[in-house]
Amino acid sequence: MPIVNFNVNGQTHPVEVAASDFLATVLRERLGLTGTKIGCNEAECGICTVLVDGTPVNSCIYPALKAAGRAITTIEGLANGEKLHPLQQAFVEHGATQCGFCTSGLIMNGKALIDHNPDPSVDDIKHALKDTLCRCTGYASVIHAIQDAARAQAGGPRTFTPSLPETIEPLNVIGRPLPRPDAVAKVTGAAKYSDDFQFEGMLYGATKRAGVPHARILKIDTTRARAVPGVRAVLTHADVPGKNLHGLVVADWPVLCGDKVRYAGDAIAIVAADTSAIAHAAADLIEVTYEPLPVVDNPVDALKPGAPLVHEVPPVGSHVHGNELKHIFVNKGDVDAGLRESDVVVSGEYQTATTEHAFLEPECSIARITPDGRYEVIVGSQIPYSDRKQVADALGIPEKQVRIKGALIGGGFGGKEDITGQIHAALLARATGRPVKILYRRDESLLVHPKRHAVRFVLSIGAMKDGRINALKVELWGDGGAYASLSDKVMTRAATHASGPYDIPHVKIDCHAVYTNNVPCGAFRGFGVTQSAFAVESVLDEIARQLGMDPIALREKNALRVGSTTNTGALIREGAGLLKCINRVREAFARDLAAHGRDLNSPRHWVEGNKAYGWGFATAYKNTGLGGGAHDKSEVEIEAYEDGSVEARCSAAEIGQGLPGVMAAIAAEELGLPFEKARVLLSDTDLTPDGGPTTASRQTFVTGNATRMTAIKLRKHLAEVAAEMLDVTPEAVRFADGRVSDDRRSVSFGEVVAQAKREGRDTRLSNEYEAPETRPLGTGGDMHVAFSYAAQAALVEVNLDTGEVACKKVISATDVGRALNPLALQGQVEGGIVMCLGNALTEEYIIEKGVPFTNKFARYKMPNIKQMPEIVNLVVEDPAAAGPYGAKGVGEISSIPTTPAITNAIREAIGVRVTRLPVDQEQLLLARSA
Amino acid sequence: MPIGIQDYHTPATLDEALDLLGRYNGSSRVVGGGTDYFVDDARESGGQPPHALIDVTGLQGWQEVRREGDHIVIGCGATHTRIVASPLVQQGAAALMESCGLIGGPQVRNVGTLMGNIAHALPAADGTLSLLALDGEVAVATPGQALAWMPLAQAFRGPGKSAIDSTRQILVAARFRPTGRSEGSAFARVMRPQGVALPIAGLACRVAVQNGTIERAAIAAGPVAPTPFRAARTEAFLRGKPASADSLTEAIPVLLGECTLRTSPHRASAEYRREVLPALLREAMTRALERAARAA
Repeated sequence: MPIVNFNVNGQTHPVEVAASDFLATVLRERLGLTGTKIGCNEAECGICTVLVDGTPVNSCIYPALKAAGRAITTIEGLANGEKLHPLQQAFVEHGATQCGFCTSGLIMNGKALIDHNPDPSVDDIKHALKDTLCRCTGYASVIHAIQDAARAQAGGPRTFTPSLPETIEPLNVIGRPLPRPDAVAKVTGAAKYSDDFQFEGMLYGATKRAGVPHARILKIDTTRARAVPGVRAVLTHADVPGKNLHGLVVADWPVLCGDKVRYAGDAIAIVAADTSAIAHAAADLIEVTYEPLPVVDNPVDALKPGAPLVHEVPPVGSHVHGNELKHIFVNKGDVDAGLRESDVVVSGEYQTATTEHAFLEPECSIARITPDGRYEVIVGSQIPYSDRKQVADALGIPEKQVRIKGALIGGGFGGKEDITGQIHAALLARATGRPVKILYRRDESLLVHPKRHAVRFVLSIGAMKDGRINALKVELWGDGGAYASLSDKVMTRAATHASGPYDIPHVKIDCHAVYTNNVPCGAFRGFGVTQSAFAVESVLDEIARQLGMDPIALREKNALRVGSTTNTGALIREGAGLLKCINRVREAFARDLAAHGRDLNSPRHWVEGNKAYGWGFATAYKNTGLGGGAHDKSEVEIEAYEDGSVEARCSAAEIGQGLPGVMAAIAAEELGLPFEKARVLLSDTDLTPDGGPTTASRQTFVTGNATRMTAIKLRKHLAEVAAEMLDVTPEAVRFADGRVSDDRRSVSFGEVVAQAKREGRDTRLSNEYEAPETRPLGTGGDMHVAFSYAAQAALVEVNLDTGEVACKKVISATDVGRALNPLALQGQVEGGIVMCLGNALTEEYIIEKGVPFTNKFARYKMPNIKQMPEIVNLVVEDPAAAGPYGAKGVGEISSIPTTPAITNAIREAIGVRVTRLPVDQEQLLLARSA
Repeated sequence: MPIGIQDYHTPATLDEALDLLGRYNGSSRVVGGGTDYFVDDARESGGQPPHALIDVTGLQGWQEVRREGDHIVIGCGATHTRIVASPLVQQGAAALMESCGLIGGPQVRNVGTLMGNIAHALPAADGTLSLLALDGEVAVATPGQALAWMPLAQAFRGPGKSAIDSTRQILVAARFRPTGRSEGSAFARVMRPQGVALPIAGLACRVAVQNGTIERAAIAAGPVAPTPFRAARTEAFLRGKPASADSLTEAIPVLLGECTLRTSPHRASAEYRREVLPALLREAMTRALERAARAA
């Protein structure tokens, strides 16, 4: 390879470059500038943006040799030593970085903009960032950060004050809008994700995928692949030393398929080679002979007699009958009688789409054998201890022989709970004795990992003339795809939430989770409730129309409140903030209407030119924690240091939602330390105890409580030491401002730790927290420890010439129990709303007869910055007694009601009821002109 | 990038580029910004990848938008960003400014070129439609031969099929006569956010108006035929009609009558295209007529 000079961030670097190299490869792999990330390799996501002679380009498709001799600026070139660039500072303080994977792309585009435009308007920013995607923030904080940074760069004040919702009086740390502990690393490009790690002698893995959705394997021929120079190992099912099945709940998913394939993404063989290109080329040379089997591609057909069986033998420990993975029932009262006695009954059929998490970081695992003979797997995983077990099982070794080391995670949203490359990388490391990295390309990520279930609903709701909902009957069919993943749990949640956050006397829900030859489906933010909310809120809206009732009043009348009984028989005793959410939205809605010369009694639709407008309304609830009788536990360890700092440790995933900030704030609050003195270490199974899965909006609640209990335990422990130092009783000792004191004297926290060490006492304590007991579905009582609630109103604009739909505004109120960090909370709410807007308007993973059409980002559109609505974010704090400081989960709730709020608004605007997601402008236009 | 690429050339002059092309004798390929070529894996599955790529975005004299006699000339190195920012284009080819401003996002427009788009030969390419409505011509350079200008329409053979052989020829430039007094042009399109990220219908037009009468109309639409299409019957119908909304309404059946509307899976049905094409005609023509009135 020739050596060429590259001018990067003002310095000249001689680099070996191949003609086929792109700039991103040179920056990341040759120069170690890993702050530039690669999300798609197809110029769609824009996160790889760098500046060439001041102009933003996608470095993933910019030929390296074209960039030689030009001035290249990357994220690493922005800060001046320790001093952050105004954009970086503004991103930190506005909370405009969450998972952080797209951050450098957003900042580099922002830089190119503000270098030429010292006072960019919102439209200028939307124009500049149109093709730079972010899946976490919802973009509002990004816009504010860029505007503030432009002002600062132009000599204006270097102040970056986010506008945040009103919340109750904060404590010392809890309740304050603190920036993420990892924010600086993320805005400077220093933060390390799995693909940013390199090891001496590392090989690259590739996976041979089935490509066909259902077939018997007759022969696997790896001869040609083995012959490729640079190939170091080719493994098939025969080479799996342990158990050749994995799975989160039921082990039904082959590590490598030997007898048959059940979906197009099934793994047949794995290759390790000197380069990624060689590994992929060799994998393509593996020849598999199949006997095709009939394909079953939807859950309704899959349940018909004589349907081809996806799993001919039910997986061990499963509830599988035929293709039915699980049949779930919810019964309350007498639904048939309830419907008979209702004054109005509205029925409907609704269908949601399979959707993709589209986290911007594709899956990446690196496995290596450490000098002690153990396996280390570096991966961004939502459930590290589960990875450890599944890797150990497949390798046939004890769990202790495996260490899962969590890297930062570039977005998860439920899509990084299942195994992807972890086991394969470990198998290849075992076979070659060398470190092996398996990085999925975007097409492989789209092909392989579990998606959000497409669910079909048939439902009827009966109501009385006064608006009381009397009965609800619904049958659901969830397309679970080829493997169980979390289908059982997701569809249970879809079922139990299918009557909405309402007190309904008669409910019957009948839910089928079904195997098909489609891509497996599992966890995705909202966990089944996103789908149910669309169906139930749509039919409720039609009920309101039939009754001539305000849809907001209809919800208010039926809302769950203290004293209500849920459809599973749980008595709501506290923390039911739904009525407050509805009221807050109504008040803000009224203010918005008044500003336009309207009021709550005015029509909620109007036409301006060729645009029709309408407002829609919806509510939602979502359980916090696993519930349903599961032991919901987390263990946290906290170690105190002589320098006056502490480190809190837990194997719980940070997927952008802000867990380290929550843990640090709680530890600092309880130990009387400044926030900066509390560090957090996550997801290393050798160093951090098990925090359980990052799912079900549970980490703030469960790991938050575990952190709090451990911190209190450590405080009491250190109080004894301090008491002796101060010569008072432990009860007289207080912890505040980094000091430990009684009324007269004080010592620093660090001195107390040092004294404890001298006395040979522990300065490292851990504590396991288990959430209050819950009851399995069907047994009555509390199925969940808490629920979060939300209400949203959405304004849409429909182009009457083209059917195009835009969501212009969302007024949102969310009951979170307690806002532990209003800045992080705002990010969750705004990001959740925009993600759900995508679910409503743009996103569909298209799969035809088991073969995905959606094989690149150009065929899967998540919302870009131009599609974001104005968001009014209101917070309700109706505390849950068992939550830390009253907090409930917030990760999912905001992303649930947006879809039906939008489709109800479309109904209001143009009279067309959307029954199938995503909304299709073509169908809207044709339905209107029909 | 295809694994077989052994050389990436960035020639500084057209002569140098032609010399390289001649020496590789069919085993190299001309590339512009590469924003289509480097992401389009389907292209690579057919036939051998080229041995070398010849990047023609840095050729001296062919990176700008310039005035040459009666014409505006757009070189093969001119990016969409440069075209949109050109005062010549803003004043004399509003349709082209609008269409080039809608392609991709800023990072793609900063690198991608109009000439590269034309070589890619997609029937609904935004810039191509505008250039067609402007009666554009393109110049083809072949080693050992003089630069040859041809009407833009002759540059296409079929959907995605160019008449230019990128292994032996360079699409060097496009030129057109800018709109002048009493003339206007405009471009409109519809996207669909689900399915494929490609425009589902686009329409560009150029009009000349005299005393409230349409003296001449040029209308290009896509995808309504295998190659970018000029709506000749609609153009003829509008000639001599009053420059009014009613004329446009009357022209709609003519336009629908001469367009072959097809259903493209995951993009749009023929029925939907039939619904939106009239809206595009109204939108683009109304804007073009307004511009013509302002240029009176």
